Amino acid sequence: MEITSSMSGIVARVLVEPGTPVQAGDTVVVLESMKMEIAVVAEQGGVVKEIRVREGDFVEEGAPLVVLDAHRAES
Amino acid sequence: MPYFRKVLIANRGEIARRVIRTCRRLGIRTVAVYSEADRALPFAREADEAVLIGPPPAAQSYMAIEKILDAAEETGAEAVHPGYGFLAENPLFARRCAERGLVFIGPRPEVIEAMGSKLASRQLMRRAGVPVIPGWDEPLPTLAEAQRVAGALGFPLLLKASAGGGGIGMHLVSSPDELERAFDSARERAQRYFGDGTLYFERLVPGARHIEVQVARDSHGAGVHLFERECSIQRRHQKVIEETPSPFLDAERRAALCEAALRGAEAIDYTNVGTIEFVFDQAGQFYFLEMNTRLQVEHPITEETTGVDLVELQLRIAAGQPLGLAQEGIRQEGHAIECRVYAEDPQTFLPSPGTITRMELPEGARYEFGYEEGNAVTPYYDPLIGKVITRGATRSEAIERMIEALRGMRIEGIKTNLPLLLAVCQDASFQSGRYDTSFLSRPRSGQ
Repeated sequence: MEITSSMSGIVARVLVEPGTPVQAGDTVVVLESMKMEIAVVAEQGGVVKEIRVREGDFVEEGAPLVVLDAHRAES
Repeated sequence: MPYFRKVLIANRGEIARRVIRTCRRLGIRTVAVYSEADRALPFAREADEAVLIGPPPAAQSYMAIEKILDAAEETGAEAVHPGYGFLAENPLFARRCAERGLVFIGPRPEVIEAMGSKLASRQLMRRAGVPVIPGWDEPLPTLAEAQRVAGALGFPLLLKASAGGGGIGMHLVSSPDELERAFDSARERAQRYFGDGTLYFERLVPGARHIEVQVARDSHGAGVHLFERECSIQRRHQKVIEETPSPFLDAERRAALCEAALRGAEAIDYTNVGTIEFVFDQAGQFYFLEMNTRLQVEHPITEETTGVDLVELQLRIAAGQPLGLAQEGIRQEGHAIECRVYAEDPQTFLPSPGTITRMELPEGARYEFGYEEGNAVTPYYDPLIGKVITRGATRSEAIERMIEALRGMRIEGIKTNLPLLLAVCQDASFQSGRYDTSFLSRPRSGQ
């Protein structure tokens, strides 16, 4: 499952790395654009499989940031 | 006598162009400084000279004090105009200008410093007899102390950063639980954004309106006010539409407000132009909110209704000349409105950088834009790309002209808030003049 960018901006911080377990609602990346910071959160839990961006990268709205191996039927 | 021979503008975009325009009219040569992201913007071309000062991030360009002062020295500028934002309210910058033999076009560093601390400015204004929002004038060092004070004051409260401003670093807390959740992150954010984690409490003013007063004082002790600006149409505590006169004030209240602002400015021996922001509660009582020790984004509506060029006034005061204005001579005529055009999604208010592929601005309004067709709006700076200002003999005429301008404007390639601006101007409660700071967070009527 891909977590994508909610706005065009610069990757300010990447808070996870491959293998990091995340829960729904956890912030994985912080984006910065025009003096505003936006937290990108995981919509469901899982384990981080791949990071597609580095801090300082410019990303378009909708660009993939992080790939998760989603938990199935999380209780 | 000319005020200066050459002025460096330590800013970018629309405000740099605005300062260049007045300087040109007065025969003053201008120096622009620009980052690598802004090479193609009109302000860098329109100045007599332009100096590249660094890469796009503001910390390495528009906030890099010594690089800017080096550029001033190299080009032989005598004075520095800071615009708004960036270094405009940085006392260290004002001090370094003086140390390097340059005139800083703004107030003295001590005054900038005092007004930059919300706690210190509250105390100074209270001493001058200017009402301040009830709250707690001591810093809140720990969560336990904050809980104790909150218990005594009563919820809801605004937890604010003393070094903050413009609504940044502010949390509304309605219960001990919410305070506990907000406290650490508020302090951490205040430390990160402003370099000072000091927090304090202010009582929430429900149904508040934001009304500010333009003041100007010279270095010989003479001062005037140039009436108020109504700034209640805001999103995320940042202004979107401003107008003057305020539709809420009668003559008596207007006089009391402007007199209080002038008294506050006198109490701190303010020099140059500045703006004192007030909050009005529903009963019509007003309270000091903060002072902006610089030219305001929305200054054009004051210029349109008083005929005073506020940038010229700044230059004159900075040059040590007398104001040349008497209070009785300043008259407000007609009504003016400003709409701020932001590169953002009109629904979510999220930023929308990109390249402007088309830009058309119809006649019939004053435009202050930092960009033109073909320019890229980058993610490094403020989302404000420009301002539209209209004037009319009456409020409804000014609104009509604004609607006409907004309908005719075409900005493509990026998302902008133009649809939102038009919807507000056509809204029945906006047109009736009955609105407060919660306007944009409520469903709108009468479209």
